[in-house]
Amino acid sequence: MATHRVAALVGTALCVGIAGIAHSAERFGIGRPATEAEIAAWNIDIDRDGRKLPLGSGSVAQGRAVFESQCASCHGSRGEGGTGDRLAGGQGTLATAKPVRTVGSFWPYAPTLFDYIRRAMPLNAPQSLSADDVYAVSAYILHLNGLVPDGATLDARSLAAIRMPNRDGFVPDPRPDVKP
Amino acid sequence: MSRDDPKKNPSARRRFLAQGAAAAAGILAGGSAPGRGQADEAAPPGIPDWTKTPGADVGSQTYGQPSRFESGLIRNVPKGLKQYISASSRTPLQDLDGILTPNGLFYERHHGGIPDIDPARHRLLVHGLVEMPLVLTLDDIRRFPSESRIHFLECSGNPSYDVIKKGRTASDLVGLVSCAEWTGVRLATVLREAGLKPDARWVVAEGADAAAMTRSIPIEKCLDDALLVYSQNGERLRPQQGYPLRVLLPGFEGNMSVKWLRRLNVTTEPAFSREETAKYTDLMPDGTARQFTFVMEAKSIITRPSGTQRIVPGFHEITGLAWTGRGKIRGVQVSVDSGKTWQDASLQEPVLTRALTRFRLPWKWDGQPTTIASRAIDETGYVQPSFEDLTAVRGLNSFYHNNAVVPWHIAESGEVANGYA
Repeated sequence: MATHRVAALVGTALCVGIAGIAHSAERFGIGRPATEAEIAAWNIDIDRDGRKLPLGSGSVAQGRAVFESQCASCHGSRGEGGTGDRLAGGQGTLATAKPVRTVGSFWPYAPTLFDYIRRAMPLNAPQSLSADDVYAVSAYILHLNGLVPDGATLDARSLAAIRMPNRDGFVPDPRPDVKP
Repeated sequence: MSRDDPKKNPSARRRFLAQGAAAAAGILAGGSAPGRGQADEAAPPGIPDWTKTPGADVGSQTYGQPSRFESGLIRNVPKGLKQYISASSRTPLQDLDGILTPNGLFYERHHGGIPDIDPARHRLLVHGLVEMPLVLTLDDIRRFPSESRIHFLECSGNPSYDVIKKGRTASDLVGLVSCAEWTGVRLATVLREAGLKPDARWVVAEGADAAAMTRSIPIEKCLDDALLVYSQNGERLRPQQGYPLRVLLPGFEGNMSVKWLRRLNVTTEPAFSREETAKYTDLMPDGTARQFTFVMEAKSIITRPSGTQRIVPGFHEITGLAWTGRGKIRGVQVSVDSGKTWQDASLQEPVLTRALTRFRLPWKWDGQPTTIASRAIDETGYVQPSFEDLTAVRGLNSFYHNNAVVPWHIAESGEVANGYA
């Protein structure tokens, strides 16, 4: 609204007509300002460095229990896959004829795991897990991939600190790349 | 027709369609010809029943439906999937004319099912690197200056590298593309309403569906031709296409045109969401994966004659669709001699930017087995590649952005089949 008011004041002082034009070029005045609380409640995307990860923590052991009850029916008890994607294994296969793309072999950033589980999993009840449960399930999946030890507990700092094996595996789009 | 009611009997329907097509275009009937030795009162010199009695009342359908004889014209839904919450259905391209896809036949790709959104309760939040974060209702969004444009929308895996060998029909192969007239407000208009800060580089768009689909859009695209869409082919978006509000990024892979849009977060960096890291990235033979491969490159397919159809020797109009995410289609070349020679097809006007373009070529089939195929050339001079040329560069595990030529093999019997199968 600040821009609005400044434009209106200038207009009053100088020329109402010009202020009207400036006003419409800047804003239509449609919609209402969002509050901090509204933004905070919906602002769930987590950056790759994990700066936006929330408070909370979860251990591999807790994650194993949550995973068994919430995730294993689709992804298998050890993340071997089923109706859902395979989540574990496959490291070292990306350059072979049969690449296996999993969290451990392919995902470049650990905080993305938190982001995706929180927003979209489990498939039948997304956004139902607490932040602690999401940290725990993330820890268990990373453990299945040999990326954290069995006794690990993850929070914002420790999750963001994990270096994924395929972090540097992505390249920009070089297309058009196929010549006739 | 009574004993072969096409509505009740699918095989009768196929026969009926085949007969109609045979009359129109010389495509062989799949079953026996009607009424040999028995009078068909609908044909001359008879007068059909539908002429001798009044038809249904005006308004008997308050939202009109296709003829009951067209009940087989439906989305191509894969059978036997493990779940249908995250899946896709295809447009029956081989049974459509022109360039616009009827809304009910528009392809689907959902990641968390189709939400049932009350537009009065839906909100769009615009925040991040903006001067004034905004909450907008649908009524608010419809107050902005509007724009209508015709654009295709295509799933980035259309087809995947294994489907191209397995698909039987044109729909199986590239039915994850559709085209519509979209109406909405320019994304740039809404972003400027919130006031972009100087370091704004990306906009993270998020859906209100159960997948909370999240994709990052470069600011250049946001300020160029991106739309926030609320209507499709004149009516409000269908739930399957993002009702009540979606992003439309002309020429970019469909996944980025986030449906059921609830949030735009203006940032300096992409979100690096699962859908732009673990998925929708193109794995190369050396184990690296291409990321942010947004543009859908030039593609075409012959929709008639095409897979599972059957033709007779004589005249046929070869027709199909071409499109490119880089702008307009400049030309389409068709080969009727297994790729030895190529000739220019005619393009149906209007040829629009980032829209499906219909092409046609008159042809006489001599009854000898052959392979027919089309290749598109876009206004940048880019030529649609063969699958061999494409995979020579990208290998067989790239999955997405396969825009290879689709050949159709025509057997001596006239049966048309996937030339890669």
